[in-house]
Amino acid sequence: MENQSCVKIINEWDIVAARQLGRNVAKELGFGTVDQARITTAISELARNIYLYAGQGQICIEKIYDGGKAGLRIVAADSGPGINDLRQVMEDGYSTSGGLGAGLPGVKRLMDEFLIDSNPGTGTDIKATKWLR
Amino acid sequence: MRVRIPILKLNDCLLVSIQWELDDQTALQFQEDLLHKIHETSANGVVIDLTSIDFIDSFIAKVLGDVINMSKLMGAKVVITGIQPAVAITLIELGIGLDDVLTALDLEKGLEKLQQELGE
Repeated sequence: MENQSCVKIINEWDIVAARQLGRNVAKELGFGTVDQARITTAISELARNIYLYAGQGQICIEKIYDGGKAGLRIVAADSGPGINDLRQVMEDGYSTSGGLGAGLPGVKRLMDEFLIDSNPGTGTDIKATKWLR
Repeated sequence: MRVRIPILKLNDCLLVSIQWELDDQTALQFQEDLLHKIHETSANGVVIDLTSIDFIDSFIAKVLGDVINMSKLMGAKVVITGIQPAVAITLIELGIGLDDVLTALDLEKGLEKLQQELGE
């Protein structure tokens, strides 16, 4: 599908590749510098989560169109251990890796829409969308 | 292939200008390099300029916050300069205030602030 590009997240360098892809697509769609920074940061957080917690997974960047609106959707998917307590990971400051615990609640604030689906043992799927205004 | 961030000495201060997107390893290497350089040169102030940086995620923010505290332990004050509007907005939205960090608009004002802080 032409409107979707993906990066496999296996090592730290793939985090850089994923956010560069996201930034390029955001630019193409006409997002301003602040939204580009929001999107790049969100991708970086999601890609790092995959690397840290699942070991590997995939980040896809989609151009989406809904009626007259255009947007960018980040799809982060892994088959890692999943998340036991979704409410807990959405709390600011909660981290099991010594990080700042800003990742997921931060991504939710940076993007317009945020969906998370995770089951222990089967992995995690996150969809985060930013609409062009 | 990995490039290290250059750290320049200016009198009793160190100057760092981060010119490209940081990957995790470069950021961690910089943390170590800066502390060694402070030790080596007995610098008592550091200015880290982020003018060319167009986003900071929670990992880079943590590395920066940590290196500022580590420098403080060694007796060196750090001023961060050149944070772009988009970076300031995304950092606050992420929930990262970098509280208690000395900042200035640009390198020039950063050096002034550092001199004031050091009482010179």
